[in-house]
Amino acid sequence: MPSKASATVTAPLPVAAPKAKQIQWRDFVVYIFFAVVLVFFAFTIGDKGFLTVANLFNITRTTSMIAIMAIAMTFVIAAGELDLSIGSSAALSALVAALVMTSGYGIFAAVLLGILSGVAVGALNSFFVTVLQIPSFLVTLGSMQLIRGLDMRLTYTKPVAISEMTFNSMFGSGKIGPVPSLFVWSLVVVIIAHIVLRYTTFGRQVLATGGNPVAARYSGVPVERIKMYCFLLSGASGALAGLLYSGMMQTARYTFGTGAELAAIAAVILGGTSLFGGKATVIGTFVGALLIGTINNGLIIMGLDVSEQMMISGGLIILAVAFGRRPTKT
Amino acid sequence: MANQNILEMRDIEKTFGSIPVLKKVNFALQKGEIHAFMGGNGAGKSTLMKVLTGVYSRDSGEIVINGKPHHFATPRDAEAAGIAMIFQELSLIPTLTVAQNIFLHREPRSGYFLNDAEAVRRSREILADLGEDIDPNARVQDISSGACQMVEIAKALSQNAQILIMDEPTSSLSDHETSSLFRIVRRLQSNGISIIYISHRMAEIFELCDRVTVMRDGGIVLTDTCKNISMQVLIDAMLGPGTESSLQWRERGSHSNAPVVLDVENITSAGEYRDVSFQIRAGEIVGLAGLMGSGRTEIAQAIFGIRSADSGTVRLGGKTIISTADAIAAGIALVPESRRRQGLILDHSVAENFLLPNLDVFKSGSFVNERGAARKILDFIKLLGIKTDSPDKAVHELSGGNQQKVVLSKWLVREPKLLILDEPTLGVDIGAKSDIVEIVRKLADKGAAVLVISSEFEELLAMSDRILVLQDGNLTSQLDRRNIASEEVLHHAVQS
Repeated sequence: MPSKASATVTAPLPVAAPKAKQIQWRDFVVYIFFAVVLVFFAFTIGDKGFLTVANLFNITRTTSMIAIMAIAMTFVIAAGELDLSIGSSAALSALVAALVMTSGYGIFAAVLLGILSGVAVGALNSFFVTVLQIPSFLVTLGSMQLIRGLDMRLTYTKPVAISEMTFNSMFGSGKIGPVPSLFVWSLVVVIIAHIVLRYTTFGRQVLATGGNPVAARYSGVPVERIKMYCFLLSGASGALAGLLYSGMMQTARYTFGTGAELAAIAAVILGGTSLFGGKATVIGTFVGALLIGTINNGLIIMGLDVSEQMMISGGLIILAVAFGRRPTKT
Repeated sequence: MANQNILEMRDIEKTFGSIPVLKKVNFALQKGEIHAFMGGNGAGKSTLMKVLTGVYSRDSGEIVINGKPHHFATPRDAEAAGIAMIFQELSLIPTLTVAQNIFLHREPRSGYFLNDAEAVRRSREILADLGEDIDPNARVQDISSGACQMVEIAKALSQNAQILIMDEPTSSLSDHETSSLFRIVRRLQSNGISIIYISHRMAEIFELCDRVTVMRDGGIVLTDTCKNISMQVLIDAMLGPGTESSLQWRERGSHSNAPVVLDVENITSAGEYRDVSFQIRAGEIVGLAGLMGSGRTEIAQAIFGIRSADSGTVRLGGKTIISTADAIAAGIALVPESRRRQGLILDHSVAENFLLPNLDVFKSGSFVNERGAARKILDFIKLLGIKTDSPDKAVHELSGGNQQKVVLSKWLVREPKLLILDEPTLGVDIGAKSDIVEIVRKLADKGAAVLVISSEFEELLAMSDRILVLQDGNLTSQLDRRNIASEEVLHHAVQS
């Protein structure tokens, strides 16, 4: 029996109050997981090359394209939508840029037209989603196929080599000191995106749109325009990732970014962003992408083959999401 | 045997953390009575009901049904003991049919397969028993909210419920649906079913219920026969000693010389309202009375630019309003009908909700001025008496009344020239209700124009200087509050 020593009783607080604090750690699951995975690999394969500076930079290099797409996806998901076409946009922009360069129009035109091709895909998606009010899952499922088909058709599936070395070293192959330029690109995107989502009025409007579009509209948020901006952003980021793929490979191929949309979504959800919109974190997404990259890297060093890698990293993703799950309210 | 108790809850205690929410509560329900259950938010009534329905387990005390003590570990145990609850937010699945919902999880079978025909037949029987003409094969999303209530009741009856708990059953019903609900509740009563009827609406309770119980601060403060007590006694019991309700009308003087703030001219929207014209002057509180479906919400949406009228004009201080952006820029604020759907982003914090329509105010360049907003929200939490541990608490953790105050605060900070309130006290307890009325009066005293839409005439009469009557989309009359002697006058005007 609880003792009733204290006679004064304060006004009853809302019942859910004590729970609010316990839940907080779930927001940091991705960081905890990342730390655990790093420590695990450091002890098991630290001496097999996992812990070398070169390998750690290698992880950041291979994950930067997924990271950049995942960060754009964070905005789209935060606004309550989805963009499955982002991987096809990456290949489109790579091919467009490569074709522009082989035709002799120079790097500037190549980059500009590459990015614009991604923006055009974003515009197409947002037209169907915001004007015709078709669910973005369906619209982008279609445009994913449509654009991938276009990618194949552009060069009849032939790769296009890129001989502009300035382009190659700027986007993907180069290094700044020991730091790969790919990592620098992803850091720049993370920092800008974090500031935009967290500290600008646009960021607030994105979260409000995904949190409850009706209430957002009743509060004066131009919901459809905000969604459109998110799709344009997503197209442009897919395009940037495409330029990075092609710079890294010094070639453009229609296969770039195949399956990247799903890897990006996995990184977003791992990072703690709500799949239903309204709650999002850019830093979490970035760490989510790094986590996936680190797991894959470590498993390769451990000597596992691709099939084993896929099973283990898939299982770990489910596990991490399960840990980060909020208790559902009845 | 009259006055036999079907249910007794004895010395029920429940503590969350170190906070006692139920303090030795004793409650008895007689067989075949309709027992009103009232109390402010945080009084403990929903906790008590959750103990009764097996959602929470009690710390100590006894639940006795028909003389036998029971222990409910899960909601299923309570269901088996004949207790069914109909929630405020209906628990039906919109994409399934009426019959599928009624027998959800208890589907009649033949062998391994579902027997749909049997489910439909039994559903039809129960619905016919209720005197309701609802097709068991209709999908729930296609039927009215009144019909949904009936399906919920049918679902409870199909489980042979002896004790039915109804939580604010009329909050989404039209007047017509409400009266047919009452008819059915009385019919259930005559069949020997006992009903606990939770409501904030005084008039309903006096019309429908036999006895009433009021909870406050985790204990029961009043149980009596409805015939024996007055509305004032009930209000006093709920508010506690030493508080005064502001639900009495106060004459606020004439505004006929004040400048016109809102000028609505001949607005028409096909199938919703026709040729509606009116003006509101500075400092005036105008009520808009009409039945549900009379076009009152649509008119509010047109003024706020959510859905513009097909023709006609809305002007605020001379500026024509076409979009929501125009409306907000001109100084119009709308507290919408559904605070959960339209008013708030429930998973976001108090501060984030407060900030949303005011991003244009709290900013420097493209950046949000969070510090400025944080200071302001603290002022408003104090000013409006919003009960929350911190501005960072998610809005869905607040009670209905406090949620509504958050909606009010996010608009009040803009010092609106016109405040439109659509059902501002729906599902709000009496304490918060009287706070809200007081806040609106103060705003009007400072020169804002106010338009109030409400199904509760009591509330319209308490606040308004002037009442516009809307019937089937037409403004049929304008009544000066001073000339309205009683609620019946208004009822007559709205329904004739």
